[in-house]
Amino acid sequence: MIENLHAPSLNLLPPDWRALIAARLAPDESVRACCETDLTPDLRYATGVLVLTTQRLLHLAGAEPEHEWPIGADLALRQSDYAGVGLVEVTRGATRLAVVRFSLAHSTGATHVVAEFARLRLDGGLAGVPPSPCPECRGPVDPASGVCAACIRELDAPPSTWTLFRLWRFARPYRTQLFFGFLFTLGSTFATLIPPYLTMPLMDKVLIPFQNGTPIDQSRLILYLGGLLCAALFAWVLGWARTYLLALVSERIGADLRTTTFNHLLGLSLEYFGGKRTGDLISRLGSESDRICVFLSLHALDFATDVLVILMTAAILFSIDPWLALTTLLPLPFIGWMIHAVRDRLRTGFEKLMRVWSEVANVLSDTIPGIRVVKAFAQEERESKRFLVANQYNLALNDRLNKTWALFAPTVSLLTEVGLLVVWGFGIFQISQHEITVGVLTAFLAYIGRFYARLDSMSRIVSNTQKAAAAAKRIFDILDHVSSVPEPRQPLTIPVVRGRIELREVGFRYGSRQVLRGISLEIAPGEMIGLVGQSGSGKSTLVNLMCRFYDVAAGEILLDGVDIRNLSLASFRSHIGLVLQEPFLFFGTVADNIAYGKPGANRAEIVAAARAAHAHDFILRLPQGYDSLVGERGQGLSGGERQRVSIARALLINPRILILDEATSSVDTETEKEIQRALENLVRGRTTIAVAHRLSTLRKADRLVVLDRGRVAEIGSHTDLLAREGIYARLYQAQLRQHEEGELAGVHP
Amino acid sequence: MNAQFTLERSPRGRLILTLADGSCHHDVLPVRAFPLTAPDEFVALVSALGQELVSIDRLDELPAATQQLLLEALAPREFVPRILGIEKVSTFSTPSVWTLQTDRGPTQLTLKAEEDIRRLPGGRLLITDNHGLQFMVEDQAALDPRSRRTLERFL
Ligand SMILES: Nc1ncnc2c1ncn2[C@@H]1O[C@H](COP(=O)(O)OP(=O)(O)OP(=O)(O)O)[C@@H](O)[C@H]1O
Ligand SMILES: [Mg+2]
Repeated sequence: MIENLHAPSLNLLPPDWRALIAARLAPDESVRACCETDLTPDLRYATGVLVLTTQRLLHLAGAEPEHEWPIGADLALRQSDYAGVGLVEVTRGATRLAVVRFSLAHSTGATHVVAEFARLRLDGGLAGVPPSPCPECRGPVDPASGVCAACIRELDAPPSTWTLFRLWRFARPYRTQLFFGFLFTLGSTFATLIPPYLTMPLMDKVLIPFQNGTPIDQSRLILYLGGLLCAALFAWVLGWARTYLLALVSERIGADLRTTTFNHLLGLSLEYFGGKRTGDLISRLGSESDRICVFLSLHALDFATDVLVILMTAAILFSIDPWLALTTLLPLPFIGWMIHAVRDRLRTGFEKLMRVWSEVANVLSDTIPGIRVVKAFAQEERESKRFLVANQYNLALNDRLNKTWALFAPTVSLLTEVGLLVVWGFGIFQISQHEITVGVLTAFLAYIGRFYARLDSMSRIVSNTQKAAAAAKRIFDILDHVSSVPEPRQPLTIPVVRGRIELREVGFRYGSRQVLRGISLEIAPGEMIGLVGQSGSGKSTLVNLMCRFYDVAAGEILLDGVDIRNLSLASFRSHIGLVLQEPFLFFGTVADNIAYGKPGANRAEIVAAARAAHAHDFILRLPQGYDSLVGERGQGLSGGERQRVSIARALLINPRILILDEATSSVDTETEKEIQRALENLVRGRTTIAVAHRLSTLRKADRLVVLDRGRVAEIGSHTDLLAREGIYARLYQAQLRQHEEGELAGVHP
Repeated sequence: MNAQFTLERSPRGRLILTLADGSCHHDVLPVRAFPLTAPDEFVALVSALGQELVSIDRLDELPAATQQLLLEALAPREFVPRILGIEKVSTFSTPSVWTLQTDRGPTQLTLKAEEDIRRLPGGRLLITDNHGLQFMVEDQAALDPRSRRTLERFL
């Protein structure tokens, strides 16, 4: 009976704790929420559980004494976190009863407990049992996916180590060509094995009888020599066809690999790029994909041929004379063992080497764009040293690898020489016993030459294989990365976007650092919102969330009533015109840059957008007008000019939503006024979110939202906020004073 | 600016700072300016609003009681488990889940990318997991050979 009453609410608990908690519940008590904890108060690891029931709060943790607090009017919970450790403070009145600590893996669950606690206080526990929690973190789940939003990103499985075989995905489209390539390989390999076979009758049936006084059989001789020539020609033709075909295919596979990786990279979120260095990514996509390509076209092929030759030779040798064959194959296991022993060390070495290469590229990609700073502070020496250090590390690693590697190849040679010696000895012994003929021994020696040459080349390929495996791993690292801003499985579409944006209890963190908390805001279609606040208060972050560059950590953002996570990214962003704090122009003409978001735009549209952004005049002053090259290595543009080009770029796509993050921060006051006038026309009818430090820029805003350390501090019109005499009023007064002082001194602020 | 000040703890467990000029601040937080390279120098007492109230040049020049109070307040904010051994890693590529022995007990960390391992001066390593929690390897040479080899693969 009692069990039945508890059953649904007990499902909220993690399985390990169910029995323990059930034993402690009173008959009329049920569980409302719970979260796992993993730290003790003195910060040691121990699993525990924090349970909220209809009557009390329970905390069980490892060997620690268990706690319970009845829910009274003055019991309060407060959650916070710092540097990766989250805590819930339990207070009664002015005294702190306890601090429950956990690592951030459990913070969603804890947030849920705190929220449920607040609800319980409101409705007195009348509401039914909340839905089953996320199996991962015990937080509330998203009904669509069955997992909570915070856990989706953690479910990505690590890639397997058999990376080279994973290249098959890219080879599949070329399987017919590959099949023919393989046939050619088989044929040409076979052809190269014919000549030694012919030496046997040549020796025994022609040369030795001749030595013993029999005249040379002309027709036989011509037959054998002709056979040799044919085999050589055959091998040549097939070898050419095979090499050409496979080189063709491998180049294509390499190109596909690069394209796919780049496309995948483009789909990844800003979070990914925030954690990666440019040089590293460039080296992965460039030189390392090339290494895979070379491996596929040359080494993989060689390797396949080698294996074939070795197998075929072994078969032929055994068919001629099993005992001699056995002695020939003697060094094989040793070489196999050596390859195995060296392989691991080489692969890790090569992987490390590539990382060091990336480091070298990183120094370059850091220094070259920052060259002005380097020169301004006269730090050429220091950068040169940084480069030298990276290079030296590269050298040291190479030296270490080469030590292993240099020993490897000669050892293989030595073993093969010894093998040859053994065959000579054993062969002569067998001839003396009349078990084999001289011809057989000659043929064996000819085969063995090839055989060992192949073994040698195969062992050399070990290093290339390991290089390619390491490179493949680093490429698949990119390919396996799942975007933390995922495309919805079934994207919804909004037929006509009106531009109503709603933020509900939005929270966000960069890593372990909480930047935004509990932001709720409704923006009507066509409304202009001014976002103000101190530097670092989270304005740009909020804008990033609205563009879905990052996904919210808590709460939701709705566009016309639809969660933006349910809209396809491309269609969602096509409604947004964005002008950023640091405008970025691509290498290309001014016109290309303006038309970036709408590649099909005609010239009239481009000029109109430029006019509207007050960029037209200065563009006309450029030597080649709209056809001037800008961006890297192009015509230099000033900060304000760049900003106006990027405003034009945003305007051209005629978005429903316009987001201006300090769009006019680097233009002088006169130009700003001009742009302002232009924007006023354009803002009309569009939902606009404008971030600005210069409050005068936001005079036309319908409402101002003041952010303070990640929270909304004040909302209202300019006059409302001035009357309230809060943060905004202080900011405004300060700027006004500064402005007046500026006027007195005869300079603009 | 080792100004005169007194520090005490409220029943709620927060620090209350009284400055020489008699002003009293609740909820102050101690913050180290160089937590990694010089933890005992330049410790600031910061108000709840994030403004620096007092700057302490050297922690060990303070009276013992105050020092004790500060260290206690700092401890929970400085949760950096020291890695004593790496028992198992799920894979040598990333993301990789490591099963660890730390000075705070056994645990796991998920390494998102190799870049999350930061080399500190003095041969120490600082490893940030997917939730932003940091782990420290004080001395690579002091680890057991197996852990060291495992770690090597990621460096
Ligand atoms: N990529 C990031 N990783 C970690 N922290 C970040 C990142 N970007 C911003 N922050 C932090 O988040 C906080 C808010 O930054 P944000 O850029 O939103 O400020 P802002 O209000 O736009 O400031 P400003 O007016 O100077 O542009 C800052 O404390 C900043 O240090
Ligand atoms: Mg900003």
